[in-house]
Amino acid sequence: MALQSLDIKARSATTTPSPAVRGEAIKVAKLIDISKCIGCKACQVACMEWNDLRDEVGTNAGTYDNPRDLTDQSWTVMRFAEVEVQAGKLEWLIRKDGCMHCADPGCLKACPAPGAIVQYTNGIVDFHEENCIGCGYCITGCPFNIPRISKKDGKAYKCTLCSDRVAVGMEPACVKTCPTGAILFGSKDDMIHHAEGRITDLKERGYQNAGLYDPSGVGGTHVMYVLQHADQPGLYNNLPKDPHISPMVSLWKGVTKPLASFALGLAVFAGFFHYVTSGPNEVKDEEHTS
Amino acid sequence: MQVTRRQFFKICAAGVSGSSLAVLGFSPTDALAEVRTFKLARTTETRNTCPYCSVGCGILIYSLGDKSKNAPAEIIHIEGDPDHPVNRGTLCPKGAGLLDFVQSPSRLKHPEYRAPGAKEWKRISWDEAFTRIAKLMKDDRDKNFIAKNDKGDTVNRWVSTGMLAASASSNETGYLTHKIARSLGMLAFDNQARV
Repeated sequence: MALQSLDIKARSATTTPSPAVRGEAIKVAKLIDISKCIGCKACQVACMEWNDLRDEVGTNAGTYDNPRDLTDQSWTVMRFAEVEVQAGKLEWLIRKDGCMHCADPGCLKACPAPGAIVQYTNGIVDFHEENCIGCGYCITGCPFNIPRISKKDGKAYKCTLCSDRVAVGMEPACVKTCPTGAILFGSKDDMIHHAEGRITDLKERGYQNAGLYDPSGVGGTHVMYVLQHADQPGLYNNLPKDPHISPMVSLWKGVTKPLASFALGLAVFAGFFHYVTSGPNEVKDEEHTS
Repeated sequence: MQVTRRQFFKICAAGVSGSSLAVLGFSPTDALAEVRTFKLARTTETRNTCPYCSVGCGILIYSLGDKSKNAPAEIIHIEGDPDHPVNRGTLCPKGAGLLDFVQSPSRLKHPEYRAPGAKEWKRISWDEAFTRIAKLMKDDRDKNFIAKNDKGDTVNRWVSTGMLAASASSNETGYLTHKIARSLGMLAFDNQARV
């Protein structure tokens, strides 16, 4: 049962260990080959259709980006960049932005609500909005600035990698619809293998710096890009070159949280026993009047 | 630490009330984790062809229910047909958004007629529409049909009327459409989306 999405690897703010006896599930991955993308946005439409989302009709901001940014209703957005890597050679780089499904998810680490963010053994990082308290820490924790808080219900939303489809053995909606085959879905090993072939091809075509974007700073990702210019991911609408979870998150959740929890517990405990043994410090009438 | 009898009772009372609250359901809930239920599980799957362009992509239409007598079907999802040789499951943005096309409030569902010079469209019955189209076609064909050309060769042409057919037709429908148009002598014959 390779793709059992209910095999939980990690849950936010939960100390109960996750079940670990069953064998490792096959890690799934989505591969986005930017060199094949024509920016048709079928993936955006398929995503909205499958997930029952309908964003508001926006306004034109001078680019093809529509909507302009990710929202609670738009979990994936095509970001268009016109760049001249070599002088006189204009390139139109179109990046499908959305959750990268990090192996070391900053959102999950930062989340204080038990079970609001879970990571399945197949690699998908999923939000469970019924447990979400809308604090927005997942946004702080995310190195890619992906989650968005809804104005409607105050909860955080993002791409689920169609965990409901993957759970029954299907591919995500965006992958299925892609007319050029720029988006692929399969085991992470297969996706890396496929990417290698594409990178060899791109290098033969003059893209010397073509490469796979699978940043190790977040433990690798389950959404990977084939980039024509892997040495400059910033060209693709500021894709971070070496993404890391903010040190504040590790500091807060790593050291500060247990210490602070202990101090808080100690204070409550001490206060309670002080109250029980010594009682409140009551001012006696004769002292008050004198 | 000295605990008096009264203090001991206070501690016990606090413990009992705390555990009672937990039993009453005020305890923190378990961190449940379950994916969204797969929404197509027992829906009816119907094969069709995308109505937009002449590529003619295969689509799968998913509707609620199992077509039983008391459950009228309602389309809830449309995606590409992986078994269709044209698109093998893929769809362009227009095709991927077909659900909202089907359920659009401005979708045309019946024939309408706008008289010459009139501003308003008027709803008419299919019978009226077919009768009117047939009558106008016959009048025009009777008036403009060319049986023989200048050299006296039989040509059987009807060039004053054209026909625009649907692109989403099957081979069989396309064959019949072609037969009807050509057997009338019609030459101007095109597809609504020959792009």
